[in-house]
Amino acid sequence: MLPGLLAWLQDLPVAVAIREGDTLFPWIECLHVLALTLVIGSIAIVDLRLVGLASRERSVAEITALALPITWSAFVLAAITGGLLFASNASVYAGNRYFQVKVLLILLAGLNMGLYHLLSRGRTAKWRTSGQTPRSARVAGGLSLILWISIAACGRWIGFTINAPT
Amino acid sequence: MTLDLHGLDAFCEWLAATPVSETIQTVDWIIPAVQTVHILCVAAVMSSVLIVDLRLLGVFARSLTVAGILRRFLPFIWWPLPLLLVTGATLIVAEPKRALENPVFLLKMALLLAAAGITLACQLPLRRNPAFWNEGSEHRGAAALVALCSLPLWIGIVFAGRWIAYVQVG
Repeated sequence: MLPGLLAWLQDLPVAVAIREGDTLFPWIECLHVLALTLVIGSIAIVDLRLVGLASRERSVAEITALALPITWSAFVLAAITGGLLFASNASVYAGNRYFQVKVLLILLAGLNMGLYHLLSRGRTAKWRTSGQTPRSARVAGGLSLILWISIAACGRWIGFTINAPT
Repeated sequence: MTLDLHGLDAFCEWLAATPVSETIQTVDWIIPAVQTVHILCVAAVMSSVLIVDLRLLGVFARSLTVAGILRRFLPFIWWPLPLLLVTGATLIVAEPKRALENPVFLLKMALLLAAAGITLACQLPLRRNPAFWNEGSEHRGAAALVALCSLPLWIGIVFAGRWIAYVQVG
């Protein structure tokens, strides 16, 4: 069933256009790179605050309100452009080990973020100064940093394990 | 072909034949690892640039002063630059012609100089007057102009970086 789905995906007109066009793939990749730098950079602002390495004089709530709108908007752009790049050669990407690991890590990063929000709902404004983020928040921030750095690395390794310009 | 380009050709061929370059070319993981570090530094720069520029435009984080936002985020624009230069240079050593003879690479460097200049221009007035860009000052129009120039320049740098891989040289 999965092979059929992947074949259907890469036979869509939009996928064919990206695969066979001369410039569509690189332009979509440009947007993907721009989006992912904004996702990782903005989420790192929150993570570094949670870990206690930056912005310690501001509350987690303030930092989150500053950075997360960028994270989410950029994530939507990264997901759309990533989906288009994937569709252009779905069965090859789906079989790539680094792609599989990357998707898994993105899911884990989402799970980590969801759990953190569930556990800390309504309490972030009170963590005003350094040392006051509880251990669970420091762990969530550290995990998030490691996950997103690994996700970026997987993305680069996909490019080197699939026959394409790097 | 001009003499200059012959000189550049010779330099690129010499560089590509050095032991350092050959090592980077033959050890599989070095280039993707260096590119990963490069892109993480770009992430720090681009996120900081976006926050600074949106604040200069007055459309974002208006509860914080422009001076406060600049103080917090300018270091994340400048500090990654040395690491970006080192990782970028490593990639050039690995494949000198891919960059040095590539018009897109030259465009990227020109855009980088312009973007760095604008960032400096945004930073220097604060030395004398920390409230220079603040709300209600007569410089709001200039602040918006700085942001409108800065953002496309930095985005152009990212796009050019990716296009280096697609423009065939030699």
